[in-house]
Amino acid sequence: MTDQEIIEQINSSLAEEFEYALGDMTPDTTLFEEMGLDSLDVVDLVIVLESAFGMKIREEEAIRKIRTLGDIHTFVIDKKRQMESA
Amino acid sequence: MLLKRVVITGIGVVSPFGRGIENMMNSLLAGKSGVVQVPGLSEITGMRTRVAALATGVDPMEIPRKFRRSMSSMSIFATLASLDAAAMAGLTEAHLSNGRLGVSIGSTIGSPQTMQDFFRDFGIDNSLERMKSTLFFHIMNHSCASNVAQMLGVTGRILAPSAACSTSCHAVGYAAEMIGMGKQDFMLCGGADEFHPLTSGTFDIMNAASTAFNDSPTSTPRPFDLDRDGIVCGEGSGVLLLESLESAIGRNATILAEILGFATNSDPGSIANPNSSCIANCMRLALDAEVKPEQIDYVNAHATATEQGDIAECEAISSIFGNTTPVSSLKGHLGHAMAASGTLELAACIEMLRHGLLIPTLNLEHVDPLCANVQHLHGVTKRPVTTVIKNNFALGGVNSSIILRRYT
Repeated sequence: MTDQEIIEQINSSLAEEFEYALGDMTPDTTLFEEMGLDSLDVVDLVIVLESAFGMKIREEEAIRKIRTLGDIHTFVIDKKRQMESA
Repeated sequence: MLLKRVVITGIGVVSPFGRGIENMMNSLLAGKSGVVQVPGLSEITGMRTRVAALATGVDPMEIPRKFRRSMSSMSIFATLASLDAAAMAGLTEAHLSNGRLGVSIGSTIGSPQTMQDFFRDFGIDNSLERMKSTLFFHIMNHSCASNVAQMLGVTGRILAPSAACSTSCHAVGYAAEMIGMGKQDFMLCGGADEFHPLTSGTFDIMNAASTAFNDSPTSTPRPFDLDRDGIVCGEGSGVLLLESLESAIGRNATILAEILGFATNSDPGSIANPNSSCIANCMRLALDAEVKPEQIDYVNAHATATEQGDIAECEAISSIFGNTTPVSSLKGHLGHAMAASGTLELAACIEMLRHGLLIPTLNLEHVDPLCANVQHLHGVTKRPVTTVIKNNFALGGVNSSIILRRYT
């Protein structure tokens, strides 16, 4: 997958799960303030990403620092690349 | 006997005839059936019944995702019905959130569909890694009550009675007692259930589900009829807004009916089969010292179209009211919505009281001679109706009766 394909997959998965308009999603979109997610949603966000990309990320420390969609894009792209090179 | 008088000022229903009491009443008065063939049932090995009364007119998207994520269908039904009941009663946000309003809404079990989805996935690899954070809120026994309270911002008491077919009769009765004792001024109360093959299958296994009318679904169930062959399961929600009479008068609310009595008892003789003397005792307890049998103008029977249940209930009704008080069951129209059936039928009873119209039993063509000891209605009957008794009886040996009176 290219980085752009990964970003599109992330956005479409999260738009479906959290009923957020794809057109309103930018890398600067904040998860809590703008998308309205809360602590329960963050648990489900991890499950959605794990399912979409076949990765285990629940215990990753970096997950706790994510605040924007762009943070997720960067995290997942990095993780995918690590998996591919492992 | 209630220490304070308790009245009903709001009704919300989600039924096979759509959302709202007006849709349901129009369909009941028109003699319509909500029973349909459910295609998926034919694909289940061992399932002989293929019909059910499924809720219609429900748009889950009316409920914001933040609240909907913790709801299965039954909580969605209960929430929409509660919103409608609160709106009809003219409640404000302050009424809902000031701690004087509680919720008493139950279901037979937590969401069977969510449980099925979870265990199917869990069984693949014994893994919890795909379990969503809100799954538990769908399957906990107080799912409907809690979800309604969350959505409506209720800060008062939460009660979630669970007694299968007696659930919503219990929910209303216990709510009335809370108001009667002065513990709450308002209660949103009732029941909800979602259709799942587990429910139909349970009755099918006991040879108590209708199987002979799979190709003519609107002909079944047939309470009291010689050709009846069992229960047709349904789904939906009925919610009533109860409040103290003084509260209703104080805020100039439209009073729809008064709750005069409630009783429930246990029948330890059998966990599955009803007993007429226990049913009769329950009705006598509801009558209490307040109401004499001759004051009852109409009996809304539980009558689900099982041989044992219909006959036992007729014997019990006959022993108290003789054979002149009109009797009907609404299961022919609505199917058996389990935990929702009590309040869906109570909602209809309120409207029958208000409009002086009695609705007959749908599909009752030839009265079973063993059910001929009571006065069956055979058409919509216009007559003054002041006081009615409504019965519900549940698997587990749980009987319940409620008495309503027209408020004048």
